[in-house]
Amino acid sequence: MNSRELIARRVAKELQDGDVVNLGIGMPTMVANYIPNEINITFQSENGFLGLGPVPPEGEEDKDVTNAGGKPVTILPGGACFDSSFSFLIIRGGHVDVTVLGALEVDEQGNLANWMIPGKIVPGMGGAMDLVVGAKKVIVSMEHLTKKGEPKILKQCQLPLTASKQVNLIVTEMAVIEVAPEGLVLKEIAPGLTVEKVQENTEAKLIISPELKVIEL
Amino acid sequence: MSKLITLEAVTNRIRDGMVVMIGGFIDVGVPNLLIDALVETGKKNLTIIANDTGTPGNGVAKLVENKVASKVIASHIGTNPETGRQLNSGETEVKLIPQGTLVERIRAAGAGLGGFLTPTGVGTIAEEGKKKITVQNKEYLLEIPLKADVAIIKAFKGDSKGNLRFRRAARNFNPIMATAATYVVAEVEEYLESDWMDPDEVMLPGIFVDAIVKGGE
Repeated sequence: MNSRELIARRVAKELQDGDVVNLGIGMPTMVANYIPNEINITFQSENGFLGLGPVPPEGEEDKDVTNAGGKPVTILPGGACFDSSFSFLIIRGGHVDVTVLGALEVDEQGNLANWMIPGKIVPGMGGAMDLVVGAKKVIVSMEHLTKKGEPKILKQCQLPLTASKQVNLIVTEMAVIEVAPEGLVLKEIAPGLTVEKVQENTEAKLIISPELKVIEL
Repeated sequence: MSKLITLEAVTNRIRDGMVVMIGGFIDVGVPNLLIDALVETGKKNLTIIANDTGTPGNGVAKLVENKVASKVIASHIGTNPETGRQLNSGETEVKLIPQGTLVERIRAAGAGLGGFLTPTGVGTIAEEGKKKITVQNKEYLLEIPLKADVAIIKAFKGDSKGNLRFRRAARNFNPIMATAATYVVAEVEEYLESDWMDPDEVMLPGIFVDAIVKGGE
Protein backbone atom coordinates (compact mmCIF):
# COMPACT_ATOMS: atom_id res chain seq x y z
CA MET A 1 0.00 0.00 0.00
CA ASN A 2 1.40 3.43 -0.91
CA SER A 3 1.29 6.31 1.56
CA ARG A 4 -1.60 8.10 -0.16
CA GLU A 5 -3.76 5.01 0.07
CA LEU A 6 -2.84 4.50 3.72
CA ILE A 7 -3.84 8.08 4.54
CA ALA A 8 -7.13 7.83 2.62
CA ARG A 9 -8.01 4.51 4.30
CA ARG A 10 -7.30 5.89 7.75
CA VAL A 11 -9.32 9.08 7.15
CA ALA A 12 -12.24 6.96 5.90
CA LYS A 13 -12.38 5.31 9.34
CA GLU A 14 -13.15 8.70 10.91
CA LEU A 15 -16.44 9.02 9.03
CA GLN A 16 -19.60 7.93 10.78
CA ASP A 17 -22.89 6.61 9.49
CA GLY A 18 -25.11 9.52 8.43
CA ASP A 19 -22.33 12.10 8.12
CA VAL A 20 -22.46 14.88 5.53
CA VAL A 21 -18.90 15.17 4.23
CA ASN A 22 -17.03 17.52 1.91
CA LEU A 23 -13.80 16.17 0.44
CA GLY A 24 -11.15 18.53 -0.93
CA ILE A 25 -9.67 18.07 -4.37
CA GLY A 26 -6.69 15.73 -4.72
CA MET A 27 -5.81 13.13 -2.10
CA PRO A 28 -8.91 13.81 0.07
CA THR A 29 -11.08 12.71 -2.89
CA MET A 30 -9.59 9.21 -2.54
CA VAL A 31 -11.24 8.82 0.87
CA ALA A 32 -14.56 8.06 -0.85
CA ASN A 33 -13.05 4.82 -2.23
CA TYR A 34 -12.60 3.30 1.24
CA ILE A 35 -15.95 3.83 2.99
CA PRO A 36 -17.24 0.50 4.37
CA ASN A 37 -20.54 -0.65 2.79
CA GLU A 38 -22.49 -0.46 6.03
CA ILE A 39 -21.62 3.22 6.50
CA ASN A 40 -23.86 5.74 4.73
CA ILE A 41 -22.18 9.01 3.87
CA THR A 42 -23.64 11.93 1.91
CA PHE A 43 -20.94 13.81 0.05
CA GLN A 44 -21.40 17.54 -0.53
CA SER A 45 -19.84 19.29 -3.51
CA GLU A 46 -19.51 23.04 -2.99
CA ASN A 47 -20.33 23.83 -6.63
CA GLY A 48 -23.89 22.94 -5.73
CA PHE A 49 -25.10 19.47 -4.87
CA LEU A 50 -25.41 16.72 -2.28
CA GLY A 51 -25.02 13.08 -3.26
CA LEU A 52 -21.67 13.23 -5.06
CA GLY A 53 -21.01 9.85 -6.65
CA PRO A 54 -18.16 8.12 -8.48
CA VAL A 55 -16.51 9.16 -11.74
CA PRO A 56 -18.74 8.07 -14.66
CA PRO A 57 -17.54 5.60 -17.31
CA GLU A 58 -15.94 7.29 -20.32
CA GLY A 59 -18.58 8.54 -22.73
CA GLU A 60 -21.24 8.84 -20.01
CA GLU A 61 -20.12 12.19 -18.59
CA ASP A 62 -22.80 14.85 -17.99
CA LYS A 63 -21.56 18.32 -18.99
CA ASP A 64 -23.43 19.82 -16.02
CA VAL A 65 -22.07 17.46 -13.35
CA THR A 66 -18.51 17.92 -12.12
CA ASN A 67 -16.84 18.08 -8.73
CA ALA A 68 -15.47 21.37 -7.39
CA GLY A 69 -12.25 20.71 -9.30
CA GLY A 70 -14.12 20.60 -12.61
CA LYS A 71 -13.73 16.82 -13.09
CA PRO A 72 -16.71 14.73 -14.25
CA VAL A 73 -18.56 12.95 -11.43
CA THR A 74 -22.09 11.63 -10.89
CA ILE A 75 -25.00 12.54 -8.64
CA LEU A 76 -26.37 9.50 -6.83
CA PRO A 77 -30.10 8.69 -6.58
CA GLY A 78 -31.48 10.80 -3.74
CA GLY A 79 -29.08 13.65 -4.51
CA ALA A 80 -30.08 17.31 -4.51
CA CYS A 81 -28.92 20.40 -6.45
CA PHE A 82 -28.84 24.03 -5.32
CA ASP A 83 -27.18 27.37 -6.04
CA SER A 84 -23.86 28.58 -4.61
CA SER A 85 -25.52 30.72 -1.93
CA PHE A 86 -27.38 27.71 -0.54
CA SER A 87 -24.27 25.57 -0.91
CA PHE A 88 -22.40 27.91 1.43
CA LEU A 89 -25.36 28.12 3.77
CA ILE A 90 -24.83 24.37 4.16
CA ILE A 91 -21.08 24.81 4.60
CA ARG A 92 -20.90 27.93 6.77
CA GLY A 93 -24.02 27.07 8.73
CA GLY A 94 -22.51 23.97 10.33
CA HIS A 95 -24.50 21.45 8.28
CA VAL A 96 -21.35 19.67 7.07
CA ASP A 97 -20.13 17.18 9.66
CA VAL A 98 -16.65 16.61 8.32
CA THR A 99 -14.40 18.31 5.80
CA VAL A 100 -11.16 16.71 4.64
CA LEU A 101 -8.50 18.96 3.12
CA GLY A 102 -4.86 18.90 2.14
CA ALA A 103 -2.35 21.31 3.71
CA LEU A 104 0.86 23.12 2.93
CA GLU A 105 1.36 23.73 6.65
CA VAL A 106 -0.53 23.03 9.84
CA ASP A 107 0.54 24.07 13.33
CA GLU A 108 0.13 23.17 17.00
CA GLN A 109 -2.74 25.61 17.45
CA GLY A 110 -4.71 24.01 14.64
CA ASN A 111 -3.96 26.81 12.19
CA LEU A 112 -4.05 25.74 8.56
CA ALA A 113 -2.29 27.15 5.49
CA ASN A 114 -3.28 25.61 2.17
CA TRP A 115 -4.20 28.28 -0.35
CA MET A 116 -1.17 30.26 -1.47
CA ILE A 117 2.60 30.64 -1.55
CA PRO A 118 3.22 34.39 -1.93
CA GLY A 119 5.01 35.28 -5.17
CA LYS A 120 4.87 31.69 -6.39
CA ILE A 121 1.44 30.15 -6.62
CA VAL A 122 -1.73 32.03 -5.83
CA PRO A 123 -4.59 29.76 -6.87
CA GLY A 124 -7.03 31.39 -4.46
CA MET A 125 -8.86 30.01 -1.47
CA GLY A 126 -11.98 28.90 -3.36
CA GLY A 127 -14.33 27.44 -0.77
CA ALA A 128 -11.62 26.30 1.65
CA MET A 129 -11.86 29.20 4.12
CA ASP A 130 -15.62 28.71 4.47
CA LEU A 131 -15.32 24.93 4.75
CA VAL A 132 -12.69 25.02 7.47
CA VAL A 133 -14.63 27.57 9.52
CA GLY A 134 -18.04 25.98 8.99
CA ALA A 135 -17.56 22.21 9.17
CA LYS A 136 -18.02 20.59 12.57
CA LYS A 137 -14.85 18.54 12.18
CA VAL A 138 -11.80 19.48 10.10
CA ILE A 139 -9.42 16.70 9.09
CA VAL A 140 -6.14 17.52 7.39
CA SER A 141 -4.95 14.65 5.21
CA MET A 142 -1.48 15.09 3.81
CA GLU A 143 1.97 13.61 3.42
CA HIS A 144 3.98 14.22 6.61
CA LEU A 145 6.84 16.03 4.86
CA THR A 146 7.22 18.39 1.91
CA LYS A 147 8.72 17.10 -1.35
CA LYS A 148 12.04 18.50 -0.08
CA GLY A 149 11.69 16.43 3.09
CA GLU A 150 10.88 19.31 5.43
CA PRO A 151 8.26 19.13 8.20
CA LYS A 152 4.77 20.48 7.41
CA ILE A 153 3.53 20.18 11.00
CA LEU A 154 5.00 23.30 12.57
CA LYS A 155 5.08 25.27 15.81
CA GLN A 156 3.58 28.14 13.84
CA CYS A 157 2.43 28.35 10.22
CA GLN A 158 4.59 30.67 8.09
CA LEU A 159 2.35 30.86 5.01
CA PRO A 160 -0.86 32.91 4.86
CA LEU A 161 -3.57 31.10 6.81
CA THR A 162 -6.72 29.53 5.45
CA ALA A 163 -8.26 29.66 8.91
CA SER A 164 -7.20 30.19 12.48
CA LYS A 165 -7.47 27.35 15.06
CA GLN A 166 -9.96 25.16 13.19
CA VAL A 167 -8.11 21.88 12.51
CA ASN A 168 -9.21 18.92 14.68
CA LEU A 169 -7.22 15.98 13.31
CA ILE A 170 -4.12 15.46 11.17
CA VAL A 171 -3.69 12.18 9.30
CA THR A 172 -0.40 11.46 7.53
CA GLU A 173 1.40 8.29 6.38
CA MET A 174 3.38 8.46 9.63
CA ALA A 175 0.85 9.37 12.26
CA VAL A 176 -2.60 10.34 13.44
CA ILE A 177 -2.40 13.53 15.48
CA GLU A 178 -5.20 15.23 17.37
CA VAL A 179 -5.24 18.99 17.88
CA ALA A 180 -6.09 19.44 21.58
CA PRO A 181 -6.16 22.59 23.77
CA GLU A 182 -2.81 21.52 25.30
CA GLY A 183 -1.16 20.92 21.92
CA LEU A 184 -0.69 18.17 19.34
CA VAL A 185 -1.42 14.71 20.72
CA LEU A 186 0.17 11.76 18.94
CA LYS A 187 -2.56 9.09 18.95
CA GLU A 188 -1.39 6.56 16.38
CA ILE A 189 1.81 5.80 14.52
CA ALA A 190 2.41 3.85 11.30
CA PRO A 191 3.55 0.23 11.59
CA GLY A 192 7.34 -0.03 11.96
CA LEU A 193 7.85 3.60 13.02
CA THR A 194 9.03 4.83 16.41
CA VAL A 195 7.73 7.82 18.34
CA GLU A 196 11.24 9.35 18.05
CA LYS A 197 11.15 9.05 14.26
CA VAL A 198 7.75 10.80 14.06
CA GLN A 199 8.96 13.59 16.39
CA GLU A 200 12.14 14.03 14.29
CA ASN A 201 9.94 14.69 11.28
CA THR A 202 7.61 17.07 13.13
CA GLU A 203 8.68 20.59 14.10
CA ALA A 204 5.95 21.02 16.72
CA LYS A 205 6.41 19.18 20.03
CA LEU A 206 4.19 16.11 20.19
CA ILE A 207 2.37 15.05 23.34
CA ILE A 208 2.35 11.25 23.46
CA SER A 209 -1.10 9.84 24.14
CA PRO A 210 -1.19 7.27 26.98
CA GLU A 211 -3.29 5.16 24.60
CA LEU A 212 -0.80 5.44 21.72
CA LYS A 213 -1.30 2.65 19.21
CA VAL A 214 -0.31 1.50 15.76
CA ILE A 215 -2.54 2.78 12.92
CA GLU A 216 -5.18 0.17 12.17
CA LEU A 217 -6.96 0.14 8.84
CA MET B 1 -43.64 39.89 -25.41
CA SER B 2 -40.52 37.90 -26.15
CA LYS B 3 -37.33 38.59 -24.24
CA LEU B 4 -35.25 37.01 -27.00
CA ILE B 5 -32.69 39.45 -28.43
CA THR B 6 -29.64 39.31 -30.69
CA LEU B 7 -26.05 39.07 -29.48
CA GLU B 8 -25.46 42.44 -31.13
CA ALA B 9 -28.16 44.03 -29.00
CA VAL B 10 -26.42 42.63 -25.91
CA THR B 11 -22.93 43.80 -26.82
CA ASN B 12 -24.29 47.27 -27.63
CA ARG B 13 -25.42 47.52 -24.01
CA ILE B 14 -22.02 46.54 -22.58
CA ARG B 15 -19.51 49.38 -22.64
CA ASP B 16 -15.78 49.41 -21.92
CA GLY B 17 -15.01 49.81 -18.22
CA MET B 18 -18.25 48.24 -16.96
CA VAL B 19 -18.50 45.79 -14.07
CA VAL B 20 -19.75 42.45 -15.41
CA MET B 21 -20.77 39.39 -13.42
CA ILE B 22 -20.41 36.07 -15.19
CA GLY B 23 -22.15 32.93 -13.99
CA GLY B 24 -20.56 29.50 -13.95
CA PHE B 25 -18.22 27.26 -12.00
CA ILE B 26 -15.04 26.37 -13.91
CA ASP B 27 -16.56 25.12 -17.20
CA VAL B 28 -20.06 24.31 -15.93
CA GLY B 29 -23.00 26.68 -16.41
CA VAL B 30 -20.93 29.32 -18.20
CA PRO B 31 -22.54 31.65 -20.83
CA ASN B 32 -20.02 30.81 -23.54
CA LEU B 33 -21.83 32.49 -26.44
CA LEU B 34 -22.03 35.78 -24.54
CA ILE B 35 -18.38 35.55 -23.50
CA ASP B 36 -17.36 34.98 -27.13
CA ALA B 37 -19.39 38.05 -28.12
CA LEU B 38 -17.50 40.21 -25.60
CA VAL B 39 -14.20 39.00 -27.03
CA GLU B 40 -15.25 39.39 -30.68
CA THR B 41 -16.50 42.96 -30.18
CA GLY B 42 -13.20 43.90 -28.55
CA LYS B 43 -14.49 45.04 -25.16
CA LYS B 44 -11.81 46.52 -22.89
CA ASN B 45 -11.19 47.32 -19.23
CA LEU B 46 -14.08 45.28 -17.90
CA THR B 47 -14.11 44.36 -14.22
CA ILE B 48 -15.12 40.71 -14.19
CA ILE B 49 -16.82 39.14 -11.17
CA ALA B 50 -16.90 35.35 -11.45
CA ASN B 51 -16.24 32.37 -9.22
CA ASP B 52 -13.11 31.49 -11.20
CA THR B 53 -11.45 32.18 -14.55
CA GLY B 54 -12.21 28.89 -16.28
CA THR B 55 -9.70 26.59 -17.92
CA PRO B 56 -7.25 27.55 -20.72
CA GLY B 57 -9.18 28.44 -23.88
CA ASN B 58 -12.60 28.05 -22.25
CA GLY B 59 -15.22 30.39 -20.81
CA VAL B 60 -14.01 33.22 -18.58
CA ALA B 61 -10.40 32.33 -19.50
CA LYS B 62 -10.98 33.90 -22.93
CA LEU B 63 -11.66 37.28 -21.30
CA VAL B 64 -8.35 37.06 -19.45
CA GLU B 65 -6.36 35.71 -22.42
CA ASN B 66 -7.72 38.43 -24.76
CA LYS B 67 -7.26 41.25 -22.19
CA VAL B 68 -10.95 42.06 -22.12
CA ALA B 69 -10.71 42.21 -18.33
CA SER B 70 -8.45 44.65 -16.53
CA LYS B 71 -9.67 43.51 -13.12
CA VAL B 72 -10.88 40.13 -11.93
CA ILE B 73 -12.77 39.44 -8.71
CA ALA B 74 -12.94 35.68 -8.06
CA SER B 75 -12.54 32.98 -5.42
CA HIS B 76 -10.19 30.73 -7.35
CA ILE B 77 -7.91 31.18 -10.37
CA GLY B 78 -5.94 27.92 -10.07
CA THR B 79 -7.57 26.20 -13.06
CA ASN B 80 -6.31 28.92 -15.40
CA PRO B 81 -2.54 29.56 -15.07
CA GLU B 82 -2.73 32.60 -17.39
CA THR B 83 -4.66 34.57 -14.75
CA GLY B 84 -1.95 33.78 -12.21
CA ARG B 85 0.71 34.89 -14.68
CA GLN B 86 -1.08 38.20 -15.34
CA LEU B 87 -1.52 38.70 -11.60
CA ASN B 88 2.18 38.13 -10.88
CA SER B 89 3.28 40.37 -13.79
CA GLY B 90 0.85 43.11 -12.76
CA GLU B 91 -0.95 43.09 -16.13
CA THR B 92 -4.30 42.38 -14.53
CA GLU B 93 -5.57 43.26 -11.07
CA VAL B 94 -6.90 40.17 -9.30
CA LYS B 95 -8.87 40.24 -6.08
CA LEU B 96 -9.47 36.90 -4.39
CA ILE B 97 -12.45 36.46 -2.08
CA PRO B 98 -13.56 33.31 -0.21
CA GLN B 99 -16.23 31.58 -2.29
CA GLY B 100 -18.98 31.71 0.32
CA THR B 101 -18.25 35.38 1.00
CA LEU B 102 -18.22 36.18 -2.74
CA VAL B 103 -21.63 34.67 -3.38
CA GLU B 104 -23.11 36.11 -0.19
CA ARG B 105 -21.85 39.63 -1.05
CA ILE B 106 -23.64 39.29 -4.39
CA ARG B 107 -26.76 37.98 -2.64
CA ALA B 108 -26.63 40.87 -0.17
CA ALA B 109 -26.60 43.36 -3.06
CA GLY B 110 -29.58 41.63 -4.67
CA ALA B 111 -31.42 41.37 -1.36
CA GLY B 112 -31.05 45.01 -0.38
CA LEU B 113 -28.87 44.30 2.63
CA GLY B 114 -26.16 46.65 3.86
CA GLY B 115 -23.81 43.72 4.35
CA PHE B 116 -23.45 40.67 6.57
CA LEU B 117 -21.23 39.20 9.26
CA THR B 118 -19.22 36.07 8.45
CA PRO B 119 -16.75 34.05 10.52
CA THR B 120 -14.94 33.13 7.29
CA GLY B 121 -11.53 34.76 6.98
CA VAL B 122 -11.13 35.82 10.63
CA GLY B 123 -7.43 35.55 11.51
CA THR B 124 -6.35 35.45 7.84
CA ILE B 125 -5.31 38.07 5.29
CA ALA B 126 -8.95 38.07 4.10
CA GLU B 127 -9.72 40.30 7.11
CA GLU B 128 -7.42 43.12 5.96
CA GLY B 129 -9.24 46.43 5.76
CA LYS B 130 -12.46 45.01 7.14
CA LYS B 131 -14.32 45.88 10.28
CA LYS B 132 -14.31 43.10 12.90
CA ILE B 133 -17.45 42.80 14.98
CA THR B 134 -17.97 40.58 18.02
CA VAL B 135 -21.44 39.11 18.50
CA GLN B 136 -22.12 36.76 21.43
CA ASN B 137 -18.38 36.32 22.02
CA LYS B 138 -17.62 35.29 18.45
CA GLU B 139 -15.67 37.40 15.95
CA TYR B 140 -17.05 38.14 12.50
CA LEU B 141 -15.97 40.18 9.49
CA LEU B 142 -18.32 42.79 8.10
CA GLU B 143 -18.68 42.10 4.39
CA ILE B 144 -20.38 44.61 2.10
CA PRO B 145 -22.62 44.08 -0.95
CA LEU B 146 -21.16 43.53 -4.41
CA LYS B 147 -23.16 44.61 -7.45
CA ALA B 148 -22.57 44.97 -11.17
CA ASP B 149 -23.68 46.92 -14.22
CA VAL B 150 -24.35 43.73 -16.15
CA ALA B 151 -24.72 40.03 -15.37
CA ILE B 152 -24.38 37.44 -18.10
CA ILE B 153 -25.67 34.09 -16.95
CA LYS B 154 -26.42 30.62 -18.32
CA ALA B 155 -29.61 28.59 -17.83
CA PHE B 156 -30.99 25.31 -19.12
CA LYS B 157 -34.44 26.58 -20.04
CA GLY B 158 -36.12 29.96 -20.36
CA ASP B 159 -39.60 31.17 -21.31
CA SER B 160 -40.93 34.38 -22.85
CA LYS B 161 -41.44 35.89 -19.38
CA GLY B 162 -37.74 35.36 -18.68
CA ASN B 163 -38.37 32.62 -16.12
CA LEU B 164 -35.37 30.32 -15.87
CA ARG B 165 -34.64 26.76 -14.92
CA PHE B 166 -31.14 25.50 -14.30
CA ARG B 167 -29.79 21.98 -14.52
CA ARG B 168 -27.64 19.99 -12.07
CA ALA B 169 -24.47 21.81 -10.93
CA ALA B 170 -24.89 24.42 -13.67
CA ARG B 171 -26.99 26.56 -11.31
CA ASN B 172 -24.08 27.71 -9.09
CA PHE B 173 -23.68 31.55 -9.16
CA ASN B 174 -26.16 32.15 -12.02
CA PRO B 175 -29.45 32.93 -10.23
CA ILE B 176 -27.73 34.94 -7.48
CA MET B 177 -25.84 37.17 -9.94
CA ALA B 178 -29.10 37.89 -11.78
CA THR B 179 -30.42 39.65 -8.65
CA ALA B 180 -27.43 41.99 -8.27
CA ALA B 181 -26.92 43.61 -11.68
CA THR B 182 -28.66 46.47 -13.46
CA TYR B 183 -28.93 44.60 -16.77
CA VAL B 184 -29.21 40.81 -16.91
CA VAL B 185 -28.86 38.61 -19.97
CA ALA B 186 -29.40 34.87 -19.86
CA GLU B 187 -28.08 32.40 -22.41
CA VAL B 188 -30.41 29.40 -22.56
CA GLU B 189 -30.21 25.97 -24.15
CA GLU B 190 -33.95 25.76 -24.67
CA TYR B 191 -36.35 28.67 -25.19
CA LEU B 192 -40.12 28.48 -24.92
CA GLU B 193 -41.24 31.16 -27.38
CA SER B 194 -44.98 30.81 -26.93
CA ASP B 195 -45.32 28.72 -23.81
CA TRP B 196 -44.47 29.11 -20.14
CA MET B 197 -42.81 26.94 -17.60
CA ASP B 198 -44.82 25.48 -14.78
CA PRO B 199 -44.45 28.01 -11.92
CA ASP B 200 -43.06 25.27 -9.67
CA GLU B 201 -40.35 24.58 -12.23
CA VAL B 202 -39.09 28.18 -12.20
CA MET B 203 -35.82 28.58 -10.28
CA LEU B 204 -35.31 32.27 -11.08
CA PRO B 205 -38.38 34.47 -11.69
CA GLY B 206 -38.37 36.29 -15.01
CA ILE B 207 -38.52 39.76 -13.39
CA PHE B 208 -34.76 39.43 -12.87
CA VAL B 209 -34.02 38.70 -16.52
CA ASP B 210 -33.98 41.57 -19.03
CA ALA B 211 -33.05 39.61 -22.12
CA ILE B 212 -32.44 36.10 -23.37
CA VAL B 213 -30.18 34.77 -26.09
CA LYS B 214 -30.51 31.28 -27.45
CA GLY B 215 -27.28 29.34 -27.07
CA GLY B 216 -26.27 25.84 -27.99
CA GLU B 217 -25.76 23.03 -25.53
